[in-house]
Formats: sequence, C-alpha cells, structure tokens
Amino acid sequence: MISRITKTFKRLKKEGKKAFIPYVMAGDPSLERTKEIVILFGECGADIVELGVPFSDPLADGPTIQRASERALKNGVTLRKVISHVKDLRQITRIPIVLMTYYNPVFKYGEENFIKDSKDAGVDGVIIPDLPPDEAEDFIKQSRKAVLDSIFLLAPTSTEDRIKKVTKASSGFIYYVSITGITGANLLLDGSMDVLISKIKKYTDKPIAVGFGVSTPMEASAVAGLSDGVIVGSAIVKRLHESPDELKHYLISLREAIK
Amino acid sequence: MPALKELEEAFFYSKKDKEFQRELRHLQKTYIGRPTPLYFARRLTEHLGGAKIYLKREDLAHTGAHKINNAVGQVLLAKKMGKKRVIAETGAGQHGVATATGAALKGLECGIYMGTEDMKRQALNVFRMRLLGAKVTEVPTGSRTLKDAINEALRDWTTNVRTTHYVLGTVFGPHPFPVMVRDFQSVIGREARRQILDAEGRLPDYLIACVGGGSNAMGLFYEFLKEDNPPTPPFSKGGKEGLLDKDIKMIGVEAGGKGIETGEHAARFAGGSIGVFQGCKSYLLQDDDGNVLGTHSVSAGLDYASIGPEHPFLKDAGRVQYTYATDDEALAAFELLSRLEGIIPALESAHAIAEVVKLAPKLDQDKIIIINLSGRGDKDVQHVAKIKGIEL
Ligand SMILES: Cc1ncc(COP(=O)(O)O)c(C=O)c1O
Repeated sequence: MISRITKTFKRLKKEGKKAFIPYVMAGDPSLERTKEIVILFGECGADIVELGVPFSDPLADGPTIQRASERALKNGVTLRKVISHVKDLRQITRIPIVLMTYYNPVFKYGEENFIKDSKDAGVDGVIIPDLPPDEAEDFIKQSRKAVLDSIFLLAPTSTEDRIKKVTKASSGFIYYVSITGITGANLLLDGSMDVLISKIKKYTDKPIAVGFGVSTPMEASAVAGLSDGVIVGSAIVKRLHESPDELKHYLISLREAIK
Repeated sequence: MPALKELEEAFFYSKKDKEFQRELRHLQKTYIGRPTPLYFARRLTEHLGGAKIYLKREDLAHTGAHKINNAVGQVLLAKKMGKKRVIAETGAGQHGVATATGAALKGLECGIYMGTEDMKRQALNVFRMRLLGAKVTEVPTGSRTLKDAINEALRDWTTNVRTTHYVLGTVFGPHPFPVMVRDFQSVIGREARRQILDAEGRLPDYLIACVGGGSNAMGLFYEFLKEDNPPTPPFSKGGKEGLLDKDIKMIGVEAGGKGIETGEHAARFAGGSIGVFQGCKSYLLQDDDGNVLGTHSVSAGLDYASIGPEHPFLKDAGRVQYTYATDDEALAAFELLSRLEGIIPALESAHAIAEVVKLAPKLDQDKIIIINLSGRGDKDVQHVAKIKGIEL
C-alpha cells in the first residue's frame, strides 16, 4: 500500500508542482482554533499539514514555537488529545497530516500503541526530531507495517554516512533542515543548500521538503526551486497571534510562491 | 550528530595522546591544585559518635568545586578540535564559573546559559562568570532552572556547531558526554583510594556523594568500581582474604526538596520513571503524558529532572544505593559542618553530609566513610541567609 503523502508528492510531480506544507501547534491557543486553521490551510492550497504536539522541552524549536508549546500545554493539550483531535479532523478533511512530536511523549505512550492509535485516527506521517534513525529500528519497522510515514531530518552538517541512513530510513519525504539551528531562525540562501540537496538526491529519489527558517514568499519560492516541498512554521505561528487578519492573505502568497 | 562523532573521536584520541595527558596532569597539579586533600573530620566524627568520617576536599579545588576537573579537560579538548568558542549550562553556577575559567585560561570565547531562578539564588556566581569574561544569558523559559539552561545550550550548539564546543557539566546527555565527563572526574576517586590507603592502611566501608546529574558521585565511585583492583588490608588471619573494592558500600544522595509526597523535589529514583530526555535514556521526573516535571531543591545544582544513565545501571546492578535528603536536612548539615569543622559546604554537598548524619551513628567506630565534599558554600551564603530571614 502506498501512503497518502507519497501519493500527494507523485501527483504534484506529475503536475510539475511543489508541496506547500504549513505548520501549526495543536492547541495553540485552543484545539477548536487549530481545527479552523487546518481548514484554512486546506482552503489556501496546502498539500500537507504539519501538526505540532506540545512538549515541555522543545529542544529543536526557537522562541516562537516554544511559546506556542507552552500555551498549548497550559490548555492541557497532550499527545493523546492531539491524536484524538486528528480523528475529529478526519470528519471534515482528508488533507495528509504529519505529527511533529518529541520522543519522550511517544516513549511514554508506547511506540506500538502510538503508531496504532495515530494510524487509526488518520495520521499520515510522524516527525520526531530527537529520534535519530540509528535509535529507531523498531519504530521504523512498525510504522512501515502500519503504512505510517516516518520522516527523518537532514541538516547542512550531515555527513554522507548520515545521508545514506536518513534517506533509507525515511518514508513519505525527507525533511531537510535548511540551517544549522532551530525553528524560526533566519534562512541563509547562499548556494550551499543547492549543493547539499544535490548530494542527497544522489542517494534517493524520495521527495525532499525543506523547513526551518522559511518566512517570506520570496524565500519560499527560492527553496521550492531547489526541492520538492516547503515547510513554513514559526512565521505562520507568529502571524496567527500577532496579525491574525493577515494570515489568510499570507498563506495565499506563500502558496503562489511555491511552484 | 556529526559534532558528537567528532567529539568522540577527539576524546578517545586524547586518552592516548601523551602530550594531551601531560598538559592535563600539569594543569591539574599547578592550576586546579590537585591532589585535593583527604581530610579526617575529627569533630564531626566525635559529634556523631560512630564511623570515622573523611572528607574528600573538592571544595579546595580552584574555583571551589569538582566541576573544574571536567571543565579544564573539555576546554583542552575544544582547543585541540580547533574550536574558538565554548558554551555551557549551569545550575549552581559552579560549572559556569569553571567553564568560564577554563576559557579564560585557554583564550576561548565563552557563553553560559542559566535559568532565571538560578541566577537569582546564585547571584554571586553570575558576577564571577562575568568577571571571568563570559557572556551569561538568562533562560526565562520552562522551569527556569538547569534543564532549561541545557535546552538553550543545546539550541546554541546546533546553531553554532562548526565553531563551538558544548562543555556539558555532568555525566548526562548523548554519548560521549557521560563517559567523557566521568573520565575527567575519575581523578577524585583515584586520589581518594590512594589517600585512604595511606591514612588508614585500608579501604573505606562507605563512599557517599550527592547526585545532581551525577558527576561528582561517578568521579568518586569509578575507581572503586574496577573489579581488578587487588585486595587490600585488613587481611584475614590467613593473610590472603583482604577487603575488596566490591565490598565497599556506595550511596548516592538525591535532593528530597520539601519531601517526596509534596511533589516538590528532585529525587528521580524515588519519584521518577524511565524516560528519554536531552539525548539520554534514564530516570526522569515526568507526568503520564511524557512531559518533564518541574523540580525543586534548595540547591540549584541538584535541581534537575533526570540523572546520568550510569546511575540507573549501578542501581539495578545493586552496586550503588540511592537515597535522598530534604532541604531542611541539607540546611541543618550545612550549618553543622560549618560549626564543627570550619568548613562551609556547598548546599549540594550538604545533602551528602545529611546522609552521613543519619548513617554514621549507626556504625561501629572502626568503620570508615568517605564523603565527597563536592564544593564550597560561599556561593550559597546569601541564599541561606535569605531562607533564615536575615538581611545581609
Ligand atoms: C558543588 C556541587 N556539587 C554537586 C553538584 C551536582 O552535580 P553532579 O551530580 O554532576 O556532581 C553541583 C552542580 O552544580 C555542584 O556545584
């Protein structure tokens, strides 16, 4: 069986398009609001939605998503609640959903139960930034069996050995972290991304989506030119709070830029 | 993480590198002031009326705590790896001061991350770090203590990994940190073992240390955990069966805070369960959803939600016992040692002393205890005064 995410990338490729993957933290400021945002993402032409799971110690995240995580936790949002929220979302949308969660909540939940419940709820893929593929053998095996995509990360500092491992371990797509750093930092478009993505492509023909630090439509457009998809997180979360009226317009401008 | 690979290679290379080892030993001797004394605490022993109590005086090491042993080792490595900048997290401020000191010594740029809460209660050390030329950054997120400072240091490291080495301050985090920090701290136990054989002609019966991340405890215990150490006196009548290192009892003392039942503590063994946190699988104070819980201890250096991974291993193997001392017990021990011995201990180390206050009277007078006096208490004086309602 082939996953909904893989199908999406195949369709886009045929149409000569690139994936637009917006991110939102589940439960920030409420799960009700998250539902509205996910629907808005769909209306604005998103191809896949990345749904953040709040965690007490979001190591890979910058201040914007850290604060979103704190707000969601204060609202009592947990991994369990996010999974059941996806079940609710599935009543109204079929857009592929990827969870981004840290490992300890998954460990506490139990890997097997997590994979089963996520799949049953309608989750399509999982990103766990603090779970390297070397430590994920079981997780990969089980999620493959369940046809739940496991998406691993590569960074500008990744060695060839790492690239080999991550491209093999990933399904659905490969998440290329555009910078050495955390979410929300400034993107550096200096030609090195081009070199690294070409290097990754030597090892795989799986789709590569780029995230961390993409903020303006111009950046999104540049990144789309090098990859198969663009992930935008902090910049969306920021607008959601600081200028919610502009969110729709911003999402549409990103969609138009990602070609 | 390529940076971890690079570090692992540099570390294992340095172990065989004669020049590196010579420089490290030279600095231990002429800069840190090693070996630190093993001191027989006569008045404390008499006061408690039981076992003989020795203090391994890490408080007399340069900058006032064992943290310098690791910081100097890692700064030397950073220099060898060609890094221009070191960063560190700090709770009590001792590791921050030690890293800033090492950076000054080797001419490296230095950044220190410290939780808001800890900056308040260890204000003296914040000023010390700044005097030493370090940039101290406040971490106002999460529980505003040590774990949040580690998060922020790790974020800095991922961002600046090409130029920066992260000097992690305890036997925690991803490989090779636990092994490497233990290695740099193991000088404590190597000296103590030799010193007690000199002083008493035999091995001790107990080793006791406080456990935050667990580095001063591993530093003391490690030499005594080696199974191939030859038997030592007292020998039995036949003259063959001596005391073996494996007969020595070891106790790690965690922070009991306001008591386990209150939930305000940092006793990972008494109140935690297995989790995966900051690159490490170990005991963790967490809720049912896998979020890390806030902790509490009167001592910033023990106020941490997890514990170095070798400690659960030693616990499960039955080799080390773990217990805890409450804030009140530690504060009482802090004052007791000050008055009886003229030694003001760090509040962290006072937890180890609190355990000995309970244990020593129950033991015969021919038993021997070594406490790791991991640091001196100057940094805590202001905080203790405040707790006692005294304005300085
Ligand atoms: C004096 C002193 N002792 C003990 C500790 C606890 O750390 P560890 O358990 O790694 O020795 C600290 C940490 O800051 C400290 O400053």
